[in-house]
Amino acid sequence: MGESTGTIVRSHCVGTTAVIYASDYLNKLTGEKIERECRRQLNLGCRALVIDFSDTQLVNSIGISILLGIIDLAEKNDAQVIFSDVNSQTVELFEMLGLTRLVLVAQDQQAALSDLLAANAKIIGH
Amino acid sequence: MESNTEKLVHAFGALADLGQEIASEGGFSEMVRTSLHVLLGTLAIRRGAVMACTPGSDALECIALWGLGDGFPIQLTVTAPEREQFLGAGLCRVTQNDNSSFSHFLNRHQTELQNSRLELIVPMAGRGELSGLVVLGRKASDEPFTEDDLEVMRAMVRHIGVGIHTHRLLGQIEQRAEENRRLYEEMRTIYKDTVRAFAAAIDVKDKYTKGHSERVGKYSEVIARELGWTEEAVEGMAIAGYLHDVGKLVVERDIINAPYKIDAKASKELNRHPAAGFEILSPIHHPYADIPLMARYHHERLDGRGYPDGLRGDEIPFGVRIVTLADSFDAMTTDRPYKTRLSFEHVIQDFRRNTGTQFDSKVVVAFSRALLKEVTGAVKERRIMKLLNKNYFDLDRAVPLLTNLITELDSNTQSTAAAGTLA
Repeated sequence: MGESTGTIVRSHCVGTTAVIYASDYLNKLTGEKIERECRRQLNLGCRALVIDFSDTQLVNSIGISILLGIIDLAEKNDAQVIFSDVNSQTVELFEMLGLTRLVLVAQDQQAALSDLLAANAKIIGH
Repeated sequence: MESNTEKLVHAFGALADLGQEIASEGGFSEMVRTSLHVLLGTLAIRRGAVMACTPGSDALECIALWGLGDGFPIQLTVTAPEREQFLGAGLCRVTQNDNSSFSHFLNRHQTELQNSRLELIVPMAGRGELSGLVVLGRKASDEPFTEDDLEVMRAMVRHIGVGIHTHRLLGQIEQRAEENRRLYEEMRTIYKDTVRAFAAAIDVKDKYTKGHSERVGKYSEVIARELGWTEEAVEGMAIAGYLHDVGKLVVERDIINAPYKIDAKASKELNRHPAAGFEILSPIHHPYADIPLMARYHHERLDGRGYPDGLRGDEIPFGVRIVTLADSFDAMTTDRPYKTRLSFEHVIQDFRRNTGTQFDSKVVVAFSRALLKEVTGAVKERRIMKLLNKNYFDLDRAVPLLTNLITELDSNTQSTAAAGTLA
């Protein structure tokens, strides 16, 4: 498991899964940094992205658009995306806008990683 | 109902973000890109692009895109009648395939748009003209757009359209301002070249004082700069120096070139040149102040014994006093047919003797300081010394002469000022 704090966006890897931490306010500035980090992790070979919203209080419209872009990017790379540790207000926003139809929202990071493990096990078993 | 309220709150927040983006000082491309993000994020639309009309062409230029594949940007065109149709209709669905006014446009582009998974075309307007189209894909929820969604979309695209229009207008204004600056610079160059040509014409007429006008221009420039004037005012003084003798063009050549001291009648004719210069220069709109007056007054004296108007003291503008000293210095330091040039010691004596009656002490001090800086090497460029003959003065002797004159005139000025205060 590697930890990278070289950029402002905090991230670490668990196997082929990258855990990326969203900042307290997900807007244009922070959103673009997260998007760059996701792109970097996918280029390094990650097959899944867990975006951890434990520090996130607010997500604005630009943040939503950037998250949709990350989902697209993951789809193009055959990678999965899971959101974790999302506060109730943000979950309501994601549900209202339909993002929850595109990604799983896990209770916390551990649950997200377990979900991914289970999904991978299914694929291997299949 | 609750969900609708939440959507409205989200849309209001997004509108505030959009307003901030459009009013931001960032670049045009960044403004459009972020505005597209705001629009997509407000309704959670997965992909879209902003296509701007290009002046004088039917082609649309993609100026921002998000979530679109490598096939983008696609080449879209919109004809003049279609522009009117888009403005009238407000919105067009890519899938509509009736005999609507968009049939020609859709016939050309429907397949490409559908391949890019784009569903809606929203026109952008600025000042009643189509400024471009925003093309949008489906919502993340896969639900159809509601009437409320379309209203929000139209409102936001209107804002983006106004933002693009305003940025473009600003760009045009900046471009025109730049053109004007360039034209102004060209005109200044033409003006300066013309002035130099005039100065050359004056000097050609007077074979004994070749280069006099140019030297007076340069001396005047040096004095004004030493006095700390603005660059524009310094340029103005150079021009005044170049043109101060322009009235000599109307004086008979024989009088100007007389190799002897001229008689009273000829002297009267020669003395016409300041007023004649004023007449020549007055109709011209000079970019600098008082150029005609500096030609008219350059033979005036502080003691009132000058010509043509016999002005005294403060009646003589300060710029004129600069030209007067520059003119006299050149007359003293160049050979004339009826007299040889004065030695530097004699020039300094003349300055000392005539300061307060003919020359302004501040101008004499400024000129002396500028010359002293050149003599001592305090300045790199020797603008005055370059115009004087080599070996004109002994550098070692020049330093005390100039230093003493400056000290003397400075203390005189201070004691006069003190006396004025006491009075």
